[in-house]
Amino acid sequence: MTKCFMQIVPFALLMMSGSLFALEPQSSYELLSEDLKQMQDDDFANPGMMTVDRGQELFQKPGFNGKSCATCHGDNGEKLDPEQIAAYPKYDSQRGPVTLQSQINQCYADRQEEFPMLYDADELIALETFVRYLARGEKVNVDISGSMREHYEAGKEIFHTRIGQRDMACVHCHEMYAGQRLRGQILNQAQINGFPIYRITNGTIMSLHEKYIGCYGTLRAMPYEPGSQEYIDLEVYMNARGNGLPIETPGVRH
Amino acid sequence: MMVSVTVKLLNFRLILAAIVGLAGLFLSGAIHGEEYIEWEADGYSIPEPLGGLQGDPVRGRAVVIDRDSGNCLACHRMPIPEEPMHGTVAPPLHGVGSRLNEGQLRLRVVNEQRVNPNTIMPAFYKRPGDYHRPHPAFRSTVLTAQEVEDVVAYLMTLK
Repeated sequence: MTKCFMQIVPFALLMMSGSLFALEPQSSYELLSEDLKQMQDDDFANPGMMTVDRGQELFQKPGFNGKSCATCHGDNGEKLDPEQIAAYPKYDSQRGPVTLQSQINQCYADRQEEFPMLYDADELIALETFVRYLARGEKVNVDISGSMREHYEAGKEIFHTRIGQRDMACVHCHEMYAGQRLRGQILNQAQINGFPIYRITNGTIMSLHEKYIGCYGTLRAMPYEPGSQEYIDLEVYMNARGNGLPIETPGVRH
Repeated sequence: MMVSVTVKLLNFRLILAAIVGLAGLFLSGAIHGEEYIEWEADGYSIPEPLGGLQGDPVRGRAVVIDRDSGNCLACHRMPIPEEPMHGTVAPPLHGVGSRLNEGQLRLRVVNEQRVNPNTIMPAFYKRPGDYHRPHPAFRSTVLTAQEVEDVVAYLMTLK
């Protein structure tokens, strides 16, 4: 009997180690200095609010047919549902997973009879920042049931694949060793609830896919294009991985 | 007349192609630093130095510190007090030269993933084609064979 028990123990321990890596989602806000936390929380101090304002202007700017986003969604976007904003990316049977940015772009092209903008165009990032800001505090709630599941899995695969000459995967730094120090930098969980973020180091607003490209650069890897299927899948996975975290847009980060 | 001109042109093209090809070979050698040297692990060890090269601990220490090269301090604490903020991701390397022998250290620098597939540690010297999606500017091993030997020689001094 004891023998049997002793054989089970190592397996039980092995299975536990898997669950040890499944961390409680934590926003990288928690790792910021008090100064930066205050900067993010104070709308007059948060530099990302300039992009929110720019986004709002674009939101009210008439397109080719004289309509603007505000025509349907209200001058300040008050007719948009924060719960729905927090549910992006959403699955569409024709278009597959649709990010908030691609939804804004599609709406802009269809309803204002305009040419769609390029993914991560400045105006599009500004609009996305404004719309996501409307859902600030709302909990991220991405549905990965049904056909979305395979995109979630594809994103998870990318998150767990070593890339570039630096030969590391997202999961190594941002899950296995989250909370540890890489030189002077405390590793965060790479939660994306604050995106688009204002980056102190660059002095600019930064979209999620621009951040991905930055990470690929750090790992000396060949990045994918903004708006590529790979990055959209990664966005699906990483949002669902942080389901329940409040939206912080515009987050302030280093 | 026409024939001889064509032949001359063809020859010229051949010579040109040869020159361009040789220059390309030479340049690619320069970009990638050197030819990749195959290695073989014996258990959890690579007993023989890569390409029979002799390591220099002083150069190795510089590689360990260099953020664009070995960058070991990103993750490991090491007895290098003049460098601030050593990482806390990986085991400290104080005394590693007495815990592991040269061959074991060599495999761990070359490709720790052979020892532990889940390690965060990059392979510093695996077949360049085995890195996934490397940026075109970095289609080579992280360290050269000489640098691997220098790092191993340095680690061996940490008794």
